[in-house]
Amino acid sequence: MGELDVLKKEAETLKAQIETARKAVNDATMESAASGVAAAPRIQPKARRTLKGHTAKIYALYWALDNKLMVSGSQDGKLLVWDTHAGNLANCVPLKSAWVMTVSFSPSAGLVASGGLDNMCTIVNIAAEKPKTLREIDGHDGYVASSRFLSETEILTASGDQTCGLWDIETGKQKQSFLNHVGDCMCLAMTQDQTTFLSGACDSSAKLWDIRDGQCKQTFIGHTGDINAISWMPNEKAFITGSDDCTLRMFDIRADQEIMVYQNAQPTAGVTSLSLSLSGRLLFAGYDDFNCNIWDSLKGEKIGVLAGHDNRVSCTGIPSDGMCVSTGSWDSFLKVWN
Amino acid sequence: MAEANPEQQPSAGVGDPDEDSPNMIVYRKIEDIVTRIQHETEGVPIRTVKSFLSKIPSVVTGVDIVQWLMKNLTIDDPAEAIHIGSLIAAQGYTFPISDHVLTLKDDGTFYRFQAPYFWPSNCWEPENTDYAIYLCKRTMQNKTRLELADYEAENLARLQRAFARKWEFIFMQAEAQLKIDRKKDKNERKILDSQERAFWDVHRPVPGCVNTTEMDIRKCRRMKNPQKVKKSVYGLTEDAQSQSPVHTHSQPGRKDTKEDVKKEIVFLNSQLDRHCMKMSKVAETLMGYTEQYLDYDPFLTTLEPANPWISDDPSFWDGEASKDPSQQRVRKWGFSLDEALKDPAGRDQFLRFLESEFSSENLLFWLAVQDLKRRPLQEVSGRAQEIWQEFLAEGAPRSINLDSHSYERTSHNLKDPGRYSFEDAQAHIYKLMKSDSYARFMRSNAYQDLLQARKKLETEQGRRTSLEKFTRSVGKSLTGKRLTGLMQSS
Repeated sequence: MGELDVLKKEAETLKAQIETARKAVNDATMESAASGVAAAPRIQPKARRTLKGHTAKIYALYWALDNKLMVSGSQDGKLLVWDTHAGNLANCVPLKSAWVMTVSFSPSAGLVASGGLDNMCTIVNIAAEKPKTLREIDGHDGYVASSRFLSETEILTASGDQTCGLWDIETGKQKQSFLNHVGDCMCLAMTQDQTTFLSGACDSSAKLWDIRDGQCKQTFIGHTGDINAISWMPNEKAFITGSDDCTLRMFDIRADQEIMVYQNAQPTAGVTSLSLSLSGRLLFAGYDDFNCNIWDSLKGEKIGVLAGHDNRVSCTGIPSDGMCVSTGSWDSFLKVWN
Repeated sequence: MAEANPEQQPSAGVGDPDEDSPNMIVYRKIEDIVTRIQHETEGVPIRTVKSFLSKIPSVVTGVDIVQWLMKNLTIDDPAEAIHIGSLIAAQGYTFPISDHVLTLKDDGTFYRFQAPYFWPSNCWEPENTDYAIYLCKRTMQNKTRLELADYEAENLARLQRAFARKWEFIFMQAEAQLKIDRKKDKNERKILDSQERAFWDVHRPVPGCVNTTEMDIRKCRRMKNPQKVKKSVYGLTEDAQSQSPVHTHSQPGRKDTKEDVKKEIVFLNSQLDRHCMKMSKVAETLMGYTEQYLDYDPFLTTLEPANPWISDDPSFWDGEASKDPSQQRVRKWGFSLDEALKDPAGRDQFLRFLESEFSSENLLFWLAVQDLKRRPLQEVSGRAQEIWQEFLAEGAPRSINLDSHSYERTSHNLKDPGRYSFEDAQAHIYKLMKSDSYARFMRSNAYQDLLQARKKLETEQGRRTSLEKFTRSVGKSLTGKRLTGLMQSS
């Protein structure tokens, strides 16, 4: 009985000390600091494109680096690649398993990855004449909730088995595993230089990891529900998370804590997805109640709404040039707004 | 009149539905309303309506429902009554007899009440086998009112493919169900058929309709009643049912061992060692960043040329891709070394500048290492050696300046070359470029000219085009017949 209790007590003391250190740097709140900043304009983006093609709930979407191609995954068992500006379908990839939860492009957009309830991350070559499966990564023991390419040859995954993994696409072997979460891992966000990444999980915490050595560098707590979405602020020193607890929160790496909460007066719907505009000032968040709210990330105020879907907004995305925002919904449609 | 058939009482023991769960609380409230509304004397008038050669049993109009709701739930606004009525319908407690879409309209449309057997509070999670049996049964009956809608036909086709191997079994079940149904009285059948259809409208809704039973598949297996026995609507036994698509992966409960806590302590110590930045400073840097990039954020600034998504004109993208950068782009290179390197034109300019200073080996090394990280595995080893030879080996043609520590580490890494063998060296060189060469590049004539030259060129062009416009318009009016034209154009 003795030793375990002593150790636990030591851990508790350290936690208290860390909390004190965090409180000590709280010389201001984000809201008060930003009170002098000019208010962001009230924007009312219009739906510029409605992409129809899926026949079931859309679960995920992803923009290619060329800012024109977008891939979406739906429970109708298909990945559709869109030439979004022209409004056309560019490619269609049928999936073995219809229960897809995540999609992404490789940097060249020649490969797409999808993952889902089959516990696998499937990588398909779409640059060929006909889409051809390149690799099936099946090292996870739970569903694959998120997958992100580092390059044409490496991919990062987040899984319902409470781990994240770094995989070599050519061999299918696991190069690194990230073990520390105690809940299903739901989402990922990598830095541009690909040395670190963030993960959000159903244990209500977000973690910062070193990609190379697999170590958890920092843990961020504050949410009281599953974290469904996570994204870096463009300066890559702060990040925003969206959760089933109906709030979004901004955390800062250097302050090592939560610095802002984005909450409706009547919290009734969980946050399913989020995207940040190019400057980071605007935060687009999709909710269970079919809406997508637009927040001023600095002031914490709601400044607009994207209304137009007939069911839950399950995914959002902003291309790298920040020119528009796209939303995907359980009503089977994708919309592009500006 | 619309009393539930005694054969179809809700069966107990599905596996205790939690009476305190938010859904169950709402269901009980709705059921209270639905029971009262069907009361013989205090409820709505439910009657049989004559229609052409047949009778429509047990219906009530939308108007009647709305009126009743307003009176008995003390609602002033009919819109609110319609809203509540629609929510009750969407959950599956009332339904329009001639439509798959579950809403309430304040008009003469006919509605029926759902049988308690099919109430959502029974925690139905009907399997696809049940749905297949239902659709199959529908196709066996020769009644136009029971013809499959398009989406139902599609669903049936899909289920036939999915259950190809046991379709015979499903077919037999459908026949068996049909036999049971046929024994019932004609009017009773009409009512039961519609209630059954309404049940499936809830659990397999029309595409585009709000589905009140949907659950995010990622959260499914963490639901409150994981031990719940899945019941078949048609009384099939468990092994006859299809596999639920939700993988049930049970996590063994983990108790903290001494090792776990020790690891945690190590982690916590490293956290404590970290220096936390002041909030005011954090806020300052965040605001500074968003301020700097405000002009580049298409949601907050109107762009020149226009945003392709608004104007449908893709020329903005052509400009961004061109090797001839706009002043906006050139200005961005000044934000950070990262921004300069991200833009291919910026990279080129920086490289050219470094070449003029005879210090281009740093950037070339950095670019080579970036490229190495993206190479296919079989090329990595060879390429790494080439990079070593070109930049780091004794007498290398493009020798870079590394501190001895990084040099040692890199040389050691090269014994087993991999994609990340040069990480240390690359980080060191990047820092060097950032603090030294980049700062000079910003001050250089080459960069400043680009930054300013655009302006000069633009104003010159501006003057030229307006002069052109003027001469053109003067020319036009000279060839024109009226003299006044000449006066107007000047």
